[in-house]
Amino acid sequence: MSRLGAVGHKLYTGEVSLNFVGRRKLWYLISAVVLVIAIGAVLIRGLAFSIEFRGGVDFQAPVASGSAQNAIPGVRTAVVDTGVLGRAEPIVTSIGANQVRVETPPLSTDNIAKARTAIAKQLKVGEGQIDYSSIGPTWGAQITDKALLSLGVFLVLVMGVIWLYFREWRMSVSGLVALLHDVAITVGIYALVGFDVTPATIIGVLTILGYSLYDTVVVFDKVRENTRSISSGSRWTYSEAANLAVNQTLVRSINTSIIALLPVAGILFVGAGLLGAGTLKDLSLALFIGIAVGTYSSIFIATPLLCDLKEREPAMRALSRRVEQRRAGAAAKSAASGSAGPAAVSGTPGGAEGGEPAASGEDQGANGTRQSVPATSRAQGRPAGRPQSTSSRSAGRSQPQRKPRSTRRPKGHGR
Amino acid sequence: MATKRPHPWRSLAVLLVALLVGVGLMATLGAWTPRLGLDLRGGTSITLTARPSAGQGAITPEKLAEAVEIIRNRVGAIAEAEVTTQGNDHIVVEVPGVGQDQIVRLVGSTAELRFRQVLAAAPVAAPPQPKPTPSKSPATSKATPKPTVGPSVKPSNKATKSPAPRAPGRAVPQAFRRNAPTPTPTPTPKATVPAPKATTPTVDNGKVRVSTTGASPEQMAALQKFKCADYTPGKDNFKQALFTCDREGTTKFVLGPAIVLGSEIADASAQLPQNQLAWQVGLRLKGAGKSKFAQASTQMYQLQQPLSQFAIVLDGKVVSYPVIQGPITDGQASITGNFSQQEATDLANTLKYGALPLRFETSQVSAVSPTLGSDQLTGGLVAGAIGLALVVLYSFFYYRGLGLVVVLSLAAAGALVYASVVLLGKSAGFTLTLAGIAGLIVAIGITADSFVVYFERLRDEVRDGRSLRTAVETGWVRARRTILAADSVSLLAAVVLYALSVGNVRGFAYALGLTTLIDIIIVFVFTKPLVTLLARTRFFGEGHRFSGLDPTRLGVPRERLAPRTATRASTRASSPKGA
Repeated sequence: MSRLGAVGHKLYTGEVSLNFVGRRKLWYLISAVVLVIAIGAVLIRGLAFSIEFRGGVDFQAPVASGSAQNAIPGVRTAVVDTGVLGRAEPIVTSIGANQVRVETPPLSTDNIAKARTAIAKQLKVGEGQIDYSSIGPTWGAQITDKALLSLGVFLVLVMGVIWLYFREWRMSVSGLVALLHDVAITVGIYALVGFDVTPATIIGVLTILGYSLYDTVVVFDKVRENTRSISSGSRWTYSEAANLAVNQTLVRSINTSIIALLPVAGILFVGAGLLGAGTLKDLSLALFIGIAVGTYSSIFIATPLLCDLKEREPAMRALSRRVEQRRAGAAAKSAASGSAGPAAVSGTPGGAEGGEPAASGEDQGANGTRQSVPATSRAQGRPAGRPQSTSSRSAGRSQPQRKPRSTRRPKGHGR
Repeated sequence: MATKRPHPWRSLAVLLVALLVGVGLMATLGAWTPRLGLDLRGGTSITLTARPSAGQGAITPEKLAEAVEIIRNRVGAIAEAEVTTQGNDHIVVEVPGVGQDQIVRLVGSTAELRFRQVLAAAPVAAPPQPKPTPSKSPATSKATPKPTVGPSVKPSNKATKSPAPRAPGRAVPQAFRRNAPTPTPTPTPKATVPAPKATTPTVDNGKVRVSTTGASPEQMAALQKFKCADYTPGKDNFKQALFTCDREGTTKFVLGPAIVLGSEIADASAQLPQNQLAWQVGLRLKGAGKSKFAQASTQMYQLQQPLSQFAIVLDGKVVSYPVIQGPITDGQASITGNFSQQEATDLANTLKYGALPLRFETSQVSAVSPTLGSDQLTGGLVAGAIGLALVVLYSFFYYRGLGLVVVLSLAAAGALVYASVVLLGKSAGFTLTLAGIAGLIVAIGITADSFVVYFERLRDEVRDGRSLRTAVETGWVRARRTILAADSVSLLAAVVLYALSVGNVRGFAYALGLTTLIDIIIVFVFTKPLVTLLARTRFFGEGHRFSGLDPTRLGVPRERLAPRTATRASTRASSPKGA
């Protein structure tokens, strides 16, 4: 417990840092493989659409005595004998120990009544106890159309909202890609495992969209905060700052996902365990998969992708170059000063400055004794940007560390 | 940013007042429980979808509203049914109780009603009798009017009004074929009728087109091959001839173009004329229908059967095809036949309310027994309780004392949600369905997540070297932006889902949207003020080991958390990693 807290702390300060962004190729590869499997599964195996999509009638009847399993043949015969099905065969299965389910092609109202009577008679239960649901053949198509329409409208709106909020189209795009990634994988899992796709599943998948974005928005919010005035400094690149953001929000992401998954797990448990098939199970299954995938994608896909897009910007490329040069310079210096290196790391002001010579023009001027500064001119922009921390840091470290806020820019500028 | 002085008590008071108002409203309305959907209390729900069809124009909200009104009238008499529109083209009829096949049929068959002339009729070459000569059959075997009723005194109350020949509209071959047909060949109830036969070849004045020649040879040939299953609503154009069957599927017809449309029927009622034993259906036409019917009946009554028969076609199926027994010029007709009261009433209802302005398709019918309904409700509640308990446990586990904030906030949110659901049920007709319950449960996660965002931010601020009391404020400023951004995405999802979807999805989206809104309210007026207050206590303010703000775990010196009690206020020397 306390260890978990401590890990959270270390992640926050950057003391412990998982290189999410740096290893993006690996994540992309993993996701690509999973996506190929998912899409392949959908193409090859297809989705098992429930009766709501195919059209038909679905009767559910309690079995008064004996086991549901034993009642199946009798029910099948009873339904077939009504003759309402023509040449079609009913699909009779058991739900749990004491329910029978009969699925037939679409029937007219009168024929539904006939079939229902036959089932009731066979099972010796009241007709009123037999639940049924009859779905017209075109209803499923309508549901699908509406779902696709919702998806499209939602995606467009969400791109707009994210863009408005972050003022950064790259974030919209990355968030969206992550979103599609989640939906594709969720659907793929359905195809792979052969879960029934019901309207409740569709609700679940659509809800995943919200969740996935919610998660992404929170991470991006931190990314934005960390990179607000990054281009005026040269201490770390966009990717590094973004990676720190992911690390800093990691505990939150995990907590959020756990908290989101817990109630869903509750529904899943009750839906699948206590009620058998139905809305609750279908819904929660989709949500469960989707939320898990959504958390993965906001960490491993959305942010790395954002970094890839960002690093293409000239300003960010220039920044990367500066950071590289500075680090090369620092490395050269520490190599030159030989055993002085460790001393520098240990936190003397001079050492710290030596490690990050170009961070601030003013600092530069103040400590102007060193000539190792490869680029004084690089300290363009706001001279006060990213003031130096006096806390120890290692010069060659590629992962940025976080300084106490009190040493950074005043809060009021925080936008 | 963080300059506004926090007024925690004031916010809490606002919330308390809001809750009290809610409870007060519930008390005045006498509503303490949410309105449950049919899937939770048992019942039958029918979803109708408007389909565009030939010659009917676009599906407009007005037409849909009109259709709802008609359906409401139609089912209203039978049970306490609710008829509502959904989206742009759906009508949902919900009836408590299961096994109401009658209602399903009634609602399902609410389509357009048309009167067409019968050009030819033939029995469906079904199992029983293989009728040999098709040519004959239309005329004879099919007509089978009930001699009993036909000839009798057809005056009725209608007759008095109608100036023209004695009796208005005539009766009935198997209106609802109750009695065995007993095909008596020549019906001729009215003396006048069949005589003049095909006298006037082209009676084609105005818009009414009555055929005097019957079905063409091609049509007869087509009729031979026609099977009842071949009928497709899409091809049903009222301006053209129609091949179809009666509702029982025993007789097939070639019908002429529609002469009178259902919308031209003003009223229809079942009546039992004095001194008679048989029920009949009185019919009143309006507008253009009146003159069209007058013209058609004037011409048709002189023709031979089946040309003198008017098929009443509902949703493409022939409901009844009475013989015209005289010109009906005043728009008042009556249909006689061997009707029982039920049959007469049903036919009258069909005539009166069958005249929907749109064509509908029964997209979904679901009947849920009360047993299953209450099982589902229990299941939903249990799922909710489990979910809630897990979230609470986890919150205490991870956030220790702050878990209390989570629990209290969730409780407050729960109270608000419950009140909203009840009140919305009362005022806006919001019904809680299983999908809605799922939405509420899922929202527990979303609501709790707001706290996670805030708490994590709070701890970050503390790690950054702020005192707890400052962190509560600065952390809030940042957390609330994140919370708002994230919640607006959720809300957006809910709104889009609600606006564009049908059925179950809507209940879910509604619940999700509602709880997201309530989450925002709770976080602002409850959670945040509560944290502000708690930060003033020693337990939290000084970072008790179980407060969730234990400084050692956050990696900051204790004195920094609560500077009040510490003398060294310098944050300089105490960076987290300080050597």
